Amino acid sequence: MIRAITSLAALGALVLGGGLWITAPDRVDPDAVAGLVGVPARGKDVFDAGGCASCHAAEGATGEARLILSGGRAFATPFGSFRAPNISQDPDHGIGGWDLADLVNAMRYGTSPQGQHYYPAFPYTSYSRATLQDIADLQAYLVTLPADATPDQPHDLGFPFTIRRGLGLWKALYLDHGWTVTGELTAAENRGRYLAEALGHCAECHTPRGPLGALDHDRWLGGAPNPSGSGTIPNITPARLDWSEADIVAYFTSGFTPDYDTAGGSMAEVVQNLAQMPEADRAALAAYLKRLAPVD
Amino acid sequence: MTKGLTIIGAVLGLAIAAGAATGQDAQQKALNDATKARQAQMQLYAFNLGQLGAMAKGDVAYDSDAASAAATNLASLARLDQRRLWPEGSDDMSVDGSRALPALWENLPDVMSKGSDLVTAATAMEAAAGTDLASLQAAMGAVGGACGACHKAYRTPSN
Repeated sequence: MIRAITSLAALGALVLGGGLWITAPDRVDPDAVAGLVGVPARGKDVFDAGGCASCHAAEGATGEARLILSGGRAFATPFGSFRAPNISQDPDHGIGGWDLADLVNAMRYGTSPQGQHYYPAFPYTSYSRATLQDIADLQAYLVTLPADATPDQPHDLGFPFTIRRGLGLWKALYLDHGWTVTGELTAAENRGRYLAEALGHCAECHTPRGPLGALDHDRWLGGAPNPSGSGTIPNITPARLDWSEADIVAYFTSGFTPDYDTAGGSMAEVVQNLAQMPEADRAALAAYLKRLAPVD
Repeated sequence: MTKGLTIIGAVLGLAIAAGAATGQDAQQKALNDATKARQAQMQLYAFNLGQLGAMAKGDVAYDSDAASAAATNLASLARLDQRRLWPEGSDDMSVDGSRALPALWENLPDVMSKGSDLVTAATAMEAAAGTDLASLQAAMGAVGGACGACHKAYRTPSN
């Protein structure tokens, strides 16, 4: 009897220990980032490709105001409403005190400097593929942007999504650093894949999700219900998007479709970012889109 | 006698129900018609922008008369009185094929201001299009920006 209780207790401890181990936040090895030097001008390209301002600038900000990353925008989801945090250079309300390892932990592992899990409304599930050098460049650019003392607003979530530790399990299942499109790629397709799957996080809206919010890799970029409202985010695989690569580049540059409709909704914001990027990167994205497996 | 009254009552009830249905149908038809009309206007914008865009991109040789004609159409379209084309209740939840968000009717002053930005951009295009290709190209951005500003705020995505 006593032996049975001891075994049970041991099993319990094992499960608890295993649970804590699985749900513990991951971090980068500090040696891996020690020698990196970021270049601000390159970091601006990372910033535009990553679409940072689309979520972290104040709602409705235009022009230079998009560089004030005061946060506050609300994102309605089936799990509750998320609020973008302040990532300006304010040391108290923003990320002014962060070093490179802090930014790498946030972007590649979804882990805060205090060792908490971030919610994947912050697309670290895509940024997990960003190179350390790109994050170093981004860091070097972010420190050139203004500080803003707007305090963060809390997320408004339902139970059990309020338990951050539970995200450790979700991350163990769904956070990975690999690519979805594989096989022989040209240099342009390869660059496009990096921009789309890592920095640009296109799949976060264009790919459907399972019940726990994980992306369905079998229907990659095959269209999905609009996460923040009515309507459908379009299928952009060759099964539906029959534009030429030049058409796609023109759309990314001017916002005009080949039929002279324009980008709308969240995509209008995305095009604003894409238009800032080097032309070769827009062409690389177009090449990648053409390389996608068709999703009917 | 009672039976007779019941029958008359039933017939009256049916007539009233039918009348209400006809009223609803008529109202729905008015909303559908307005939606179709404004979508036709959008098609006309797109067609004329397409003429200008083809020249701007170099797909078609620049022709100052054709460019002027398209830009004049565009500006005339932007200046149309559209008040009857956007009745309340013709949003994407209420009319099949409508992509207009209900937020449009909650922010009418902003919608008007975005509409007047389009008039400004199209008027500038009207002045620029016949001048030369470089002027036409320079005027495209503001027109696209004005179209996009409204689509960004008030149109739902669609596959």
